[in-house]
Amino acid sequence: MAKITLDNLAHSYLPAPTSEADFALKELNHDWEDGAAYALLGSSGCGKSTLLNIISGLLQPSQGRILFDGNDVTHAPTTERNIAQVFQFPVVYDTMTVRDNLAFPLRNRGRDEAYVAQRVQEIARMIGMEDTLRRKARGLTADAKQKISLGRGMVRQDVNALLFDEPLTVIDPHMKWELRTQLKTLHRDFGHTMIYVTHDQTEALTFADKVVVMYDGRVVQIGTPEELFERPEHTFVGYFIGSPGMNVIPADVQGKRAVVNGSEIPLGQAYRPPQGKVEIGVRPEYARLSQTEGLPVQVRRVEDVGRHKIIRADFFGQDINIIAGEDDRVSADMNRVTFDADHVNVYANDWRVEGEAA
Amino acid sequence: MTLELKGVTKSVDGQIHIHPTDMTLEQGTMNVLLGPTLSGKTSLMRLMAGLDAPGSGRVYWRGEDVTGMRVQDRKVAMVYQQFINYPSMTVYDNIASPMRLLGIETAEIDRRVRESADLMQLGPMLDRKPLELSGGQQQRCALARALVKDAGLVLLDEPLANLDYKLREELRIEIPKIFEAAGSIFVYATTEPEEALLLGGKVATLWEGRITQFGPTPEVYRQPVDATTARVFSDPPMNFLPISKTGNRIMFGDGQSAAAAGKLADLEDGRYTAGFRPNHLEIGRHAADAMEFRTTLSVTELTGSETFVHLDHHGERWVGLIHGVHDLSLGEELSVWLDPRHVYIFAEDGGLVAPAAYALAA
Repeated sequence: MAKITLDNLAHSYLPAPTSEADFALKELNHDWEDGAAYALLGSSGCGKSTLLNIISGLLQPSQGRILFDGNDVTHAPTTERNIAQVFQFPVVYDTMTVRDNLAFPLRNRGRDEAYVAQRVQEIARMIGMEDTLRRKARGLTADAKQKISLGRGMVRQDVNALLFDEPLTVIDPHMKWELRTQLKTLHRDFGHTMIYVTHDQTEALTFADKVVVMYDGRVVQIGTPEELFERPEHTFVGYFIGSPGMNVIPADVQGKRAVVNGSEIPLGQAYRPPQGKVEIGVRPEYARLSQTEGLPVQVRRVEDVGRHKIIRADFFGQDINIIAGEDDRVSADMNRVTFDADHVNVYANDWRVEGEAA
Repeated sequence: MTLELKGVTKSVDGQIHIHPTDMTLEQGTMNVLLGPTLSGKTSLMRLMAGLDAPGSGRVYWRGEDVTGMRVQDRKVAMVYQQFINYPSMTVYDNIASPMRLLGIETAEIDRRVRESADLMQLGPMLDRKPLELSGGQQQRCALARALVKDAGLVLLDEPLANLDYKLREELRIEIPKIFEAAGSIFVYATTEPEEALLLGGKVATLWEGRITQFGPTPEVYRQPVDATTARVFSDPPMNFLPISKTGNRIMFGDGQSAAAAGKLADLEDGRYTAGFRPNHLEIGRHAADAMEFRTTLSVTELTGSETFVHLDHHGERWVGLIHGVHDLSLGEELSVWLDPRHVYIFAEDGGLVAPAAYALAA
């Protein structure tokens, strides 16, 4: 296991990049702490796979260095980096038994058979495949094959890091729960440094101690799930985390209030008037429909999504979302909305502005 | 205008894929087929489309028996998980192609292509080739082509499964709007309960080649007819607990017991399975007659605003979804509470004996 340092790292797929826009991965400095579980979250094309491929050695960065425990491995091939990887689609040898598939990385490194047998047994128990060790991998379901891939990724205890590239994409929802919980348990038990790439916010948030959110080749926020939810540093984080994402509303901000279309919205903190494009961000969870309080809103649609309701509404010509509880009544005379002042964030040119201490 | 399946079955190499199934789909409805991989969603869709002939049973379209009729001779559109477009054609030509095959006149084709492209927010991309589009745009192109045919039956087989999470979220909002405008019969297969809930309309839950329930989506969610339906239509999975009733007490199998309150008092003595959803477990007593369970906490997961707790209750694995962010110690005892209004009672064979009281009130 190792600490992984990204030092002035950047990458462009062009031979002679001239501007920042030419970089698929913009300059980045970051330490991945030894033994921590990270998720790398973003939509396709945001640069997360580029970053993962640089860490694993599949790609040479056009700028900067990558260090494992202080040792420069920027130009070291994948095989010398001592990392394990699990990909989106199962990589399994069909003609081998489940046992031989799991044993493969250990035998490949010449570990003795007694150790191999014991370790394979342990991993098989973790992934719930003790009963299938003897059968050939051919004909197993995609779920089962991906479990083998995960197991093989974790069978070596001496790796510097474990990298997962969207490992649960092909897995059914119920099995996702089980595998994610197992990964979490494995992390707790063995303390590997883990980096988990996904576009799925639920997977990212529930797996990781810290989530690295990427947007347009840039890391826009690194934080705990709670930080990403409560204080998105960029409007993209507000939009990307949460379902539906944060409501972002153009406003004028002065002191402890925001003004939208001439109406006042109280804020939890005081702000100096920010420069540039000014918006407030409030999560649907912190908006509430009312008959009497707050600003006018026109409800367009109420969606019953089981454990809560999503209210789609028009707020001064803009679409906003409000979340109400499963048992909350939404009646036709509810045409006002209030925002929880302590959970309204202020943004200038898409970046969060810190309020002044009260 | 309906599509009717009467006793249709399908077997492949002696393996039953679809048990005898009756189903009537009405014009202008969204019908979601919800079930895990290999539960029969795709097999059922292929029977509806006429891509496969049923082993037995009949398929009626607008009252006419179309069993065994070739798919080419019926007005059916299908969209698959993999985005299927013609790579050498522009977006415009991709969308126009099915209408050209039908010999529709050029002006009409142009009108419909532009209309559906606008609906799919592809208006500015009509001159591009599919590979110059993002994944979401490629799938919207495939959707536009399916819709423009003016097919009476539109079959969507996990159309969003290969898309990014956020794009999925956006298209899930768009698809019901498109469907409302089209007036066709929509059938939409998914493995995800959340997707079924977001799409609304009606849902059919599938398990091992059988439809376990078919009805309005919120009704199936809150009033499942059996434990299998409840399990299929819950993510995270519904929690279960074997119980027995003797006189006016309910025994939980671990020495704990509670007074048989509310509708539980009317149950006959015997063994049952109690089921409850993860979001109805609570830390702390929120209802006066809430039941307490002592569990061991094995894993917690934070979503930012909520906490998933994975619990061990005397060998039963439960999941709780608790509001707020909680810092809890793993491996230690954790008391969780459950309001009896949120409990479903199933017979030992899985059939629903008593629905949760809250669901009847909703």
